[in-house]
Amino acid sequence: MSGRRNETSATTARGSIRRQLFVQLLAVAAILSLAFFLIVREVAGRVAEATQDDILAASATSIADSLRFEGGEVTLDLPYSALSMLGTINEDRVFYRIVADGRTLTGYDDLPQARPSATAPRPQFATFDYRGDRVRAVTLLRPVGSGSTPVQVAVSVAQTRLGMAAISARITSIATAIGVGFFVVATALSLLAARSALSPLARMTLSVTRRGPADLRPLRTAAPRELVPFVDALNGFMARLRTALGQSEDFITEAAHRVRTPLATLRAQAEVTYRKLERPEHRQALREMIRAIDESARSAGQMLDHAMVTLRTDSVAHETVRLDELVRETCDRFAPTAGLKDIEIVTELPPAPVVLAGDRILLQNALHNVLDNAVKYSPADSTITVRLSAEPGAPRRVRLSVADQGRGFDGRDLKQLTRRFSRGSNVGDIVGSGLGLTIADEVARAHGGHLDISENSPGAGACIALVLPSA
Amino acid sequence: MHRACLAICLNAVLAVACVLAGTGAGAAFEAEARKFYPAPNAPPGAPAQTGAPAAPDAAGRALRIISTADLDAFEPIILGFQAENPDIAVDYTIASTSQLMRAIHDEGAVFDLAISSAMDLQTKLANDGFAQAYRSGATDALPQWARWRNQVFAFTQEPAVLILSESAFAGIAIPRNREELIALLRDNPARFRGRIGTYDVRVSGFGYLMATQDSRNAEAYWRLMEVMGRLEARLYCCSGDMIRDVADGRLALAYNVLGSYASARIAENAPGVRIVQLNDFVNVMLRTVTIPAGARHVDSAHKMVDFLVTLGQRPELAARSGLPPIDDRVLRANNAMRPIRLGPGLLVYLDSQKRRNFLRSWTSSLVQE
Repeated sequence: MSGRRNETSATTARGSIRRQLFVQLLAVAAILSLAFFLIVREVAGRVAEATQDDILAASATSIADSLRFEGGEVTLDLPYSALSMLGTINEDRVFYRIVADGRTLTGYDDLPQARPSATAPRPQFATFDYRGDRVRAVTLLRPVGSGSTPVQVAVSVAQTRLGMAAISARITSIATAIGVGFFVVATALSLLAARSALSPLARMTLSVTRRGPADLRPLRTAAPRELVPFVDALNGFMARLRTALGQSEDFITEAAHRVRTPLATLRAQAEVTYRKLERPEHRQALREMIRAIDESARSAGQMLDHAMVTLRTDSVAHETVRLDELVRETCDRFAPTAGLKDIEIVTELPPAPVVLAGDRILLQNALHNVLDNAVKYSPADSTITVRLSAEPGAPRRVRLSVADQGRGFDGRDLKQLTRRFSRGSNVGDIVGSGLGLTIADEVARAHGGHLDISENSPGAGACIALVLPSA
Repeated sequence: MHRACLAICLNAVLAVACVLAGTGAGAAFEAEARKFYPAPNAPPGAPAQTGAPAAPDAAGRALRIISTADLDAFEPIILGFQAENPDIAVDYTIASTSQLMRAIHDEGAVFDLAISSAMDLQTKLANDGFAQAYRSGATDALPQWARWRNQVFAFTQEPAVLILSESAFAGIAIPRNREELIALLRDNPARFRGRIGTYDVRVSGFGYLMATQDSRNAEAYWRLMEVMGRLEARLYCCSGDMIRDVADGRLALAYNVLGSYASARIAENAPGVRIVQLNDFVNVMLRTVTIPAGARHVDSAHKMVDFLVTLGQRPELAARSGLPPIDDRVLRANNAMRPIRLGPGLLVYLDSQKRRNFLRSWTSSLVQE
């Protein structure tokens, strides 16, 4: 049944909530991963730079501490540790310069030196290119000597930044790995989250699709708050549908009763009158009236049958039907009508019961209409053969055929016959609405079968067969 | 009485200092001597020769090495290298450590390799941007302490040792550390007066390096210098002279002699000489090679660097050159062995103020005039 529902599903899928949710979660994860990566790299760079600055400042301070004022001039005894400490962690190049009163005391006399202001004796850091490499430099100012005019000595120590770059690169690669790992984990979690967020929807879908076709009770599944309006709307819709369907069925039943009974009364009255009349022109007029009444009754009956069939094929009940019994009952009920024309209905049923899953009323209706046609188009004193057998060449299918000895279809437009209000080309003299075969065809197809129309032999009667899947 | 450093520590054949015109570079620089080794695969008629090569174009293609190592030590290495690389001619120039430094640092002379026993100057070359980096499997296999910035590669480890004449120590215990040496000298002034030799750090770069490292490592150094000064120590420029004088019996002991040469010479022909590695600490000097930034035959230079740093894989060649190759196991076996650390610390004693201060202290201790 769900297969049938999918076949006729008119809804084209447009986007997927799960995919949308997943993509959005993924985008958030990607942004967070990238932010994490950038922050870690930035922080790592700053920490590495701060570390280098600390060592440079320590180096410059130890040099400044070794400054002396001897014999009227500044001297210094460069401490071994001042430069060796810069080489303990990495293999960076080291430069230094000591300037006293604008004169380079020792070191690299082309090393650029920031001029720290005497008022703010904090170490000044700078980054610039020197001798082919980018260097980080510190300059600090130290007054040396006693008296009122101490000599201002500027001590600069510079170091290339390869070690710092190496530390940054290492931390960056770790940050990259963590960022990628974070993203991968977030991807997996996003998939799970998208799935679990949509699980109530899947649960509801399942509980709806599991229902029988006629089950229009309101949905009682516990739904998340966001879906409650939808469930309410669905339930309201189903309630309206239930009411509408009930009303339609009541209407059809009511209409059948209201139309058939007055027509039958009218026909009986007309026949009584007919018998009383003697003048041939009056009798002729009344015969045509009876004929019109018959036509109306038949048309009304078939249209109501068709309406019923249409209503029920939308939700075929799959109850277990004993087809052989159904055929026997229907034929028995038809025997008096056929008897009026001296037509014999012969049933050929298999000995074993034939069972299928279907709608009893629809099947009765279909057979009734086919038999009605057969009786109508059969000449008096003929035989209608109703045969129930296995469909040759198709396992699990049964063929219910009705063969008459009427005029057949004259070899023409067999496919047209099942169209609504379409009649054969050679039936102008017989009352009919053209709905009989349409009803049979619709019922056959609602059960997953088809209607097979053929001629016994040209001009020697029609054979209408319902081919249905058996249980 | 101080012996002036008259003798040149190089091989007598090459001892004549001469000024050579630097080919190609156009810059003049000072060097001790020069020898050209044509490529073994080159057309015949160009034998090994002293001085500038006969064919200038041959010199133009040759691997130009400036080195402080004399040919006694280095010729076997060059020939061994050429045996493996017969297409490479070698133009070998011998210079003192300071000449080498001036040539590359100040005068911009073009060389493909600079080989020096002055670790501090080599470090300064690299620090000041005069060396280019090189990495290979061979250089990566060096211990961490034997390379710096992939620009300075050590290929020998040469301990500074005490050598003494066995006859002079007859009847007294051989000192095992600096404290014992100081005590011994104090207790036996008559025996050792005028018979102690050590480097004149004012003229010897190696002596200066060893002295500064000693002073950094031990307070005892200055007391030792005081004692030596009082005993009228003789000052030398070179290890070879000290070894010779110990062998002759003119010196009872020589302090801070380069172990490689000492062991090589003694093994040859001096039975009464003994080498002592003090057990408080032994400074280990590393002979290093760098590729100058302006090198022209970089591929050949790379091959030579690989050849040098893998000297340990050719023990027979190492023995012939008398240069002990880098071997971490030797250092691990003796905890007193301390390789001088390459790095910016070496720049400290090159500082002019520092050097002036150090030499002032050293002179006042040792040269007590």
